[in-house]
Amino acid sequence: MSASLDAATAGRLARGAARRPLPPVFARLAILIALLALWEFYARMFGDPAFVRPPTEVVHALFGKILAEDTVRQAILLTFWELAVAFALAVAIALPVGLVVGATRFTHRSLFPVVLLLYAIPQVTVLPLFILIFGLGPAGKIAFGVSHGVFPIVVNVVAGLRNVNPLFVNSARSMGANRLQIVRRVVLPSVIGSFFAGLRLSMTMTLLGVLLAELYVSTAGIGYFTQLYSETFDPAPLFALITVLALMAIALNEAVRRAELRSSRWRG
Amino acid sequence: MAATTAREILGTRAIQAGFIAGGMALWYYATDVAGVSHLFLPKIGSVYRELSELIVKGAVLAPLRVTLTSVAISYFIAAVGGIGAGYLVARSAYLVRVLEPVFAGMFAIPITLFFPLFVLYFGIGAESKIAYGAAYAFFPIALNTIAGFGNVERRLIDSARSMGASDAQLFRRVLLPAAFPVILTGLRIGFFICFASVLGGETLLSRTGLGHQIAYAAELMESARMYAWIVLVIVISTSLNALVSRIETYQQRWQQ
Repeated sequence: MSASLDAATAGRLARGAARRPLPPVFARLAILIALLALWEFYARMFGDPAFVRPPTEVVHALFGKILAEDTVRQAILLTFWELAVAFALAVAIALPVGLVVGATRFTHRSLFPVVLLLYAIPQVTVLPLFILIFGLGPAGKIAFGVSHGVFPIVVNVVAGLRNVNPLFVNSARSMGANRLQIVRRVVLPSVIGSFFAGLRLSMTMTLLGVLLAELYVSTAGIGYFTQLYSETFDPAPLFALITVLALMAIALNEAVRRAELRSSRWRG
Repeated sequence: MAATTAREILGTRAIQAGFIAGGMALWYYATDVAGVSHLFLPKIGSVYRELSELIVKGAVLAPLRVTLTSVAISYFIAAVGGIGAGYLVARSAYLVRVLEPVFAGMFAIPITLFFPLFVLYFGIGAESKIAYGAAYAFFPIALNTIAGFGNVERRLIDSARSMGASDAQLFRRVLLPAAFPVILTGLRIGFFICFASVLGGETLLSRTGLGHQIAYAAELMESARMYAWIVLVIVISTSLNALVSRIETYQQRWQQ
């Protein structure tokens, strides 16, 4: 890290009193605790209870209202299930499409521009259309999630196929490898890395799509409860519900990131 | 894209135009021949009538102004905040190690989750969409600013220092030019995230703006009008896309 030019550090070093700073993990933890404490203090002292509730009450609402009530729990589980189905469908659709588009120079040149054209459309604009066609139930949310999750995988698989190092292909061929061997030993390993990178992005996007649709449909599911809590000015369960979903998002991101790391380690 | 010749770009455009023409033909076939429900897919003619009516009567102007103003304010906040925060963090290697993972982690969470909070605090009007868009676009801009300033070659800084550059000179002559392309990438990503977020916020809960018009038409089951608004938004976003890539080309030429 080169742009560390702060005078304070320089001064401290000059005085020979180089106090060791907190390890970053502890510093992050300290910031988090300080923010929570500040929030608690502010909410108790000055906050309007219709808008701000202290973190302790959010935790209370988490166990008392969110996790204890069957309807809310089911809405969260349903969202999780929709996400899983949407992600699986996105992978199942995008992988073959990506392989076909990236397979030859001709398909790449003729089909990839179409993929990019569709990718450039802001997809929220068609959210009402999706709900109109697929209905208010899980189908609409899954379909919208799939529409978000497909593109990162297609683009990454195509990039992986088109960016195979020609040097490797040529040397494999000159050592007598046949077509199948080249595909198995040279092309596939190159594709797998970018495929996993696409998976990670796709998970983020699928989650975005499912949540957008969930929030848009306010007659059932998570959208119903967020609207209910906002309209009744009951922020504690609203914060708790959002926290649960955010933790879910973090856990899923971490899982896919781990899978990506493992795949790259496996490739060497 | 090392070898994108004019001919290849022309070919790409031709393929995209052909795809659109094919899609229109399929659309015509589905509605006028195969008889798909007008609720899901209205006839091209009725969408065209709605679209021209919206434009002729000037009904586009008010929502368009709301959305574009929101995007502009939101993006300005995100750009100033993101570059400012990114620069402050990037000044210290320690802060980068502490805060960079925090920003990256926050960026991985869909901020859409927090949209109900934005509505709670900023109301149903344009303010909540501005705040939501700014919060979404802040992270890519801040992360790229940190990356841009953080990865300036040590060699460049040392040689400027040894030639007696002051802090201000170092910033203007070395740090800023070196970090600029990376920051610009962040600004570009941030812009499209900002635009999509404002539209998304309007679609979710709003009383004005382009996103609201689409959602409202869908609610009334006025499919033709909904398609007309969707076409409008796609045209606008495509033009914005073209504008940004034009700016980028100029910047690259200027940098060389």
